[in-house]
Amino acid sequence: MLGLNKADLRLYLIVLGMLIFAPFIMNPFPEGSGLAQFNGGYPDLLQKLVIFGIFAVGFNILFGLTGYLSFGHAAFLGVGSYAGVWMMKLLTMNVVPALIISVLTAGLLSVIIGYVSLRRSGIYFSILTLAFAQMCYSLAYSVLTPITGGETGLTLSLNDPRVLGTSQTAEGNIPVPHFFGLEMNASSTLELGAWSFTFNTGYYFCAVVMAVAFYFAIRLFRSPFGLMLRAVKSNQARMSYTGLNARPYTLAAFVISGMYAGLAGGLMVAMDPLAGAERMIWTASGEVVLMAILGGVGTLIGPILGAGVIKYLESIISTINSTILHQWFAFLPDGLEDFVVAIIYPFVGKGWHLTLGIVFMLVVIFLPGGIVEGGKRIGNLFRRKRREETPPSSTTTPAPKPGE
Amino acid sequence: MGILEVTDVNKRFGGLQALGKVNLSVQEGTCHAIIGPNGAGKSTLLNCLVGKLIPDTGTVTFEGQSVLGRKPYEINQMGISRVFQTPEIFGDLTVLENMLMPVFARRDGTFRLHAYETIANERELLDEAEGMLDEVNMLDKRHMHSASLSRGDKRRLEMAMCLVQKPKLLLLDEPTAGMARADTNNTIDLLKEIKEKRNITMAIIEHDMHVVFSLADRITVLAQGTPLVEDIPENIKGHPKVREAYLGEAQV
Repeated sequence: MLGLNKADLRLYLIVLGMLIFAPFIMNPFPEGSGLAQFNGGYPDLLQKLVIFGIFAVGFNILFGLTGYLSFGHAAFLGVGSYAGVWMMKLLTMNVVPALIISVLTAGLLSVIIGYVSLRRSGIYFSILTLAFAQMCYSLAYSVLTPITGGETGLTLSLNDPRVLGTSQTAEGNIPVPHFFGLEMNASSTLELGAWSFTFNTGYYFCAVVMAVAFYFAIRLFRSPFGLMLRAVKSNQARMSYTGLNARPYTLAAFVISGMYAGLAGGLMVAMDPLAGAERMIWTASGEVVLMAILGGVGTLIGPILGAGVIKYLESIISTINSTILHQWFAFLPDGLEDFVVAIIYPFVGKGWHLTLGIVFMLVVIFLPGGIVEGGKRIGNLFRRKRREETPPSSTTTPAPKPGE
Repeated sequence: MGILEVTDVNKRFGGLQALGKVNLSVQEGTCHAIIGPNGAGKSTLLNCLVGKLIPDTGTVTFEGQSVLGRKPYEINQMGISRVFQTPEIFGDLTVLENMLMPVFARRDGTFRLHAYETIANERELLDEAEGMLDEVNMLDKRHMHSASLSRGDKRRLEMAMCLVQKPKLLLLDEPTAGMARADTNNTIDLLKEIKEKRNITMAIIEHDMHVVFSLADRITVLAQGTPLVEDIPENIKGHPKVREAYLGEAQV
């Protein structure tokens, strides 16, 4: 079905299920309970999870398959955002033209950056992409202020022309991004007992885009093109002596992953129509590398999981403050309570990066294949137990397919 | 006129004259061996043929077309395949995926953006790759990671990857270097079979005289970057110049 084999189809359906039911899955705790702090089912976070998931999936096409580690992918995300906002300023608040322009602009920029950077490999390639991204950031932050809004960022205003729409609504407000009339910020709430679930149009729009983007990623992984990209990572000399030119393959992978980043940038704008230079700063590029590695480089679902974990931790842990900590540990004797809170405090709130760093170190040291490898190990553990009960049927184990 | 013509090729690395006035003509359908002591310039010559190095002067033509200045993948697409001294394969890919690479390269050329097709649907190409693996008795290993193959199997896989391209000229760079006697003999048998069954023109660089004399139709002896003699194997064996090159200029 869909041109996928059984395992891939199963994976795809799992992701679809996760996307559809995310407002439930991410909201497991009843409203008003002490654990409601950990609920992540609100639209803003769900949109972020999906958007960064797309970003990471695209990044993984380059890094996971070809092994070329780009440290400048945030530049494409940022450029996509700016292009999207401009489309909304000039043309229409419909998100479709904005997304198309975001993808194309990011694609164009990645052709230029990729063409130059791919003349080198390894660390030199990484440094070149980093340099380019920082140049883009500096341009956006200062030199190109008329286009990018500089420090304050690019926002919509009431005087924007919007040729195919209205400059302002009847009430005198800036119009809201929409998909052929479906407003992105519209939400409906479902109250079920103590639980409250929010369904947001913008989130489901992102989810549909993600479903399409992820489908293309699976097809690419299983295509001859995907095989060529893995060959680039494995042995470029042999590739060349087999009559294949590695350069256009890596450039195509670079551009495709740049376009995924542009798509993510465009979606950010579609959810919240503003763009700032800080989206292109080098830590943003580093973050997507962390997502891919945390989830599992070169696997299909890994980057989505990695993006999910990082964005969830960021949103949840950074909102925990000392008052909340004191509430949690109120059952301890006073002196001990203060002591425990003092120890935990640096790791929450503004210090959430410390927690992320520890999680990242643990994963890299104990699970070099990321979350996906962790899942696989647990799966094997169960399978072995079952096998001990029933005699083994076959002894040969085929090599694992990439992306499983 | 041979299928491969090397005319007056010179190559200098700084102060070292690696190749000096090399002339070589490989005739279609023959196995041409290039032998010589260490540092004779054999590998340099080979690298000039496949596009890795460009000679300072002189010409190299394949089927009447110059190969100079062309990239290795362009030269491969002209019909020259190369087997390396240490087997160069795609270690991260399975044996079957390794075999698919040259098959795709032959059908699609140096680059094609086939990102939406599925490998599993390429029945014809899969059959071709599996057929070739069957011929080298590796079909049962097709789903193995090629990095985990034994050295002999890696060599066979690399050879099969070259053969499935149906090359017009097969270049072999010390195909038996570092092999045990039994493996060497297996490789010789494999190469003989290739020569007789497929009638592929071969140029082979080799140290092992046993291999050379079992396979070669013609032998060129290279010493200090220049060809000493070129002749049929029978005449090379006892040639005084060859002995001198290999054993040093001992006053006997």
